[in-house]
Amino acid sequence: MEKKVFKRTGGLTDIPMRYCPGCGHGIIHRLVAEVIEELGVQKRTIGIAPVGCSVFADEYFNCDMIQPPHGRGPAVATGMKRIRPDCVVFSYQGDGDLASIGMAETVHAAARAENITIIFVNNAIYGMTGGQMAPTTLIGMKSTTSPFGRDVKRAGYPIRMCEFLAALDAPGYLVRVSVHKPANVMKAKKAVKKAFQVQMEGLGFSMVEIISQCPTDWFLTPLQAVEYVEKQMIPYYPLGEYKTPFKKEEGKKEAKDKIEVEFRTDFN
Amino acid sequence: MSRIEVDEKRCKGCGLCVIACPFGVLDLSDKFSSTGYYPAVMVKPEKCTGCTLCALVCPDVAIEVYKETKKAGAEK
Amino acid sequence: MTERILMKGNEALAEGAVRAGCRFFAGYPITPQNEIPEYMSWRLPEVGGTFIQAESEVAAINMIFGASACGARVMTSSSGPGISLKQEGISYIAGAEIPIFYADIMRGGPGLGNIAPAQGDYFQATRGGGHGDYRVIVFAPNSVIEMGNFPRICYELADKYRMPSMILADGLLGQMMEPIVYDFEPIDPKDFPEKDYLLGCTEGRERRVVRSYDLRPGYLEKNTLKLEKKFKSIEENEVRYDDTNMEGADLVMVAFGTASRVCKSAIPLAKEAGMKVGLLRPITLWPFPMKVLRQIADEVEHILVVEMNIGQMVEDVKLAVEGKSQVHFYGRPSGSVPVTEEIFEQVKMILKK
Repeated sequence: MEKKVFKRTGGLTDIPMRYCPGCGHGIIHRLVAEVIEELGVQKRTIGIAPVGCSVFADEYFNCDMIQPPHGRGPAVATGMKRIRPDCVVFSYQGDGDLASIGMAETVHAAARAENITIIFVNNAIYGMTGGQMAPTTLIGMKSTTSPFGRDVKRAGYPIRMCEFLAALDAPGYLVRVSVHKPANVMKAKKAVKKAFQVQMEGLGFSMVEIISQCPTDWFLTPLQAVEYVEKQMIPYYPLGEYKTPFKKEEGKKEAKDKIEVEFRTDFN
Repeated sequence: MSRIEVDEKRCKGCGLCVIACPFGVLDLSDKFSSTGYYPAVMVKPEKCTGCTLCALVCPDVAIEVYKETKKAGAEK
Repeated sequence: MTERILMKGNEALAEGAVRAGCRFFAGYPITPQNEIPEYMSWRLPEVGGTFIQAESEVAAINMIFGASACGARVMTSSSGPGISLKQEGISYIAGAEIPIFYADIMRGGPGLGNIAPAQGDYFQATRGGGHGDYRVIVFAPNSVIEMGNFPRICYELADKYRMPSMILADGLLGQMMEPIVYDFEPIDPKDFPEKDYLLGCTEGRERRVVRSYDLRPGYLEKNTLKLEKKFKSIEENEVRYDDTNMEGADLVMVAFGTASRVCKSAIPLAKEAGMKVGLLRPITLWPFPMKVLRQIADEVEHILVVEMNIGQMVEDVKLAVEGKSQVHFYGRPSGSVPVTEEIFEQVKMILKK
């Protein structure tokens, strides 16, 4: 006798994903899709696909999708959520989309405490256009527009979005996770689920920043890329919760318990 | 015995599952798949515990995991 | 609904949109259109709608993109500099075939320009304005009555053709007060026609995708040709214009918006001086009244185009008459409004030549 303990989620369509081998987008797509399915909101979820590699997300998520201009996801999400507060609205964005061209939309949606969820994939590079420097590219990191490594004198410093948005008074949920190892993937799913629950309970803006790997544009093998996440990315972008809507009233420990998170325990 | 199924149409041979497996069950095949990649295959199927770690890191959602249930094991 | 109210053009426009069922407005301050967001900020909550002061025009246009894709009648407004910023969103919305309505209350340009009335955004409005092959339905009111009553027509056409529609007015029309009577009963959003492309609940239907891109070879061309067909049908069926004193005219003036009012006041002066002068006022700037101008050109030797810019609509007039009449132009750009006597002088000069 055997039991299927891991099956492809119905939150994704059947179309094979076109991302490069080892790319973190696929893992993150699965996490978001599983959370949508587990929360039972698939029939009333609207997703927003960005401009960038994950523009294809509108083919992969098995729910209504919209594809707005580069960086404008939070603005479109605002319009949709205000008209359909009964729907769950999430905006899937990369680092160029969210932290560069869409910075104003991101900051103001957070400041208005819009009840939307942002899935922010930070892989420190512009993937779709061939590996140009992003606002999150690490100091010294090579890209096609910083061929000698990012020089702070000419290109400034990387932006840490969670810390940045945590400075706002507006309530919300801000967390940074990664998907480079199984344990991190499980934590990431927990964070995504919590973010969606924050939206569903009307507690304000939620953003999950996910440190992801881009083997192709980092010029690394998939295995080297996950090592790069561990050794280079995470030291600069520390993982953890930066803001949670429960902190003030009930204390951090209780807050963690308040939201029930399904955690897989059936492995050795 | 627990086992996994790799969807060869989806697998791009990135190898993340190979390093995720604590028991060395997986490796990349030396034969091309129809999509032109070396897909992941079970090289030590007897060691699979059905822990799902490989599936958790698979970027292409190409892995499904079947775990042997205890009851069935007792019957054997 | 026969009540006569004294209203500012901008407020009449905002009220007209609300009566036509607008329930979502996002905008950003810019003179001379500020009365529109100000009015919406209290009026929309009254009818259960949503007003958002956006962080930028760029955000505002995308907010109404999302809201319209979820089924609301939406609006944004701005003046030239802000409309330039909205063009990105308008292009995406046109590509995704989502109905929206917006207003451009023009001021002097280019650049920051000034805040006086002008008509320099004609090209921007009638050519689509943003990137790619698309058009926008453009209405040009010339009175507060039309400012108030055109939004309903704009919404209906936007819904019918699934595309952006707009009102192109100038600061003078936005700021001046005139009595207005609304010619339609307020529309309840419940009575909107069913739309089979809206996002929201997928219960009992396939999932839907709203997008303007298609990377598959040949598919985008097919879609754009579909748009072209739609635009041709609009050019065929939705042209609106107003003509005055055309019978046996020796000269026909062509003007829209505020300029058309000044031109109209020159007709009696010309009549007194023994000249037969008519006026054609395009109400829709796109689709442009090409056919009627072609007919006029068969009979009238002189056409005088008057605009508050350095000559934009005059190019469309020349395209329409195909050299059959002499096309003259008189323009006062960047915030200057011509007076009746100036127009009359032009008419005299042309007809005495």
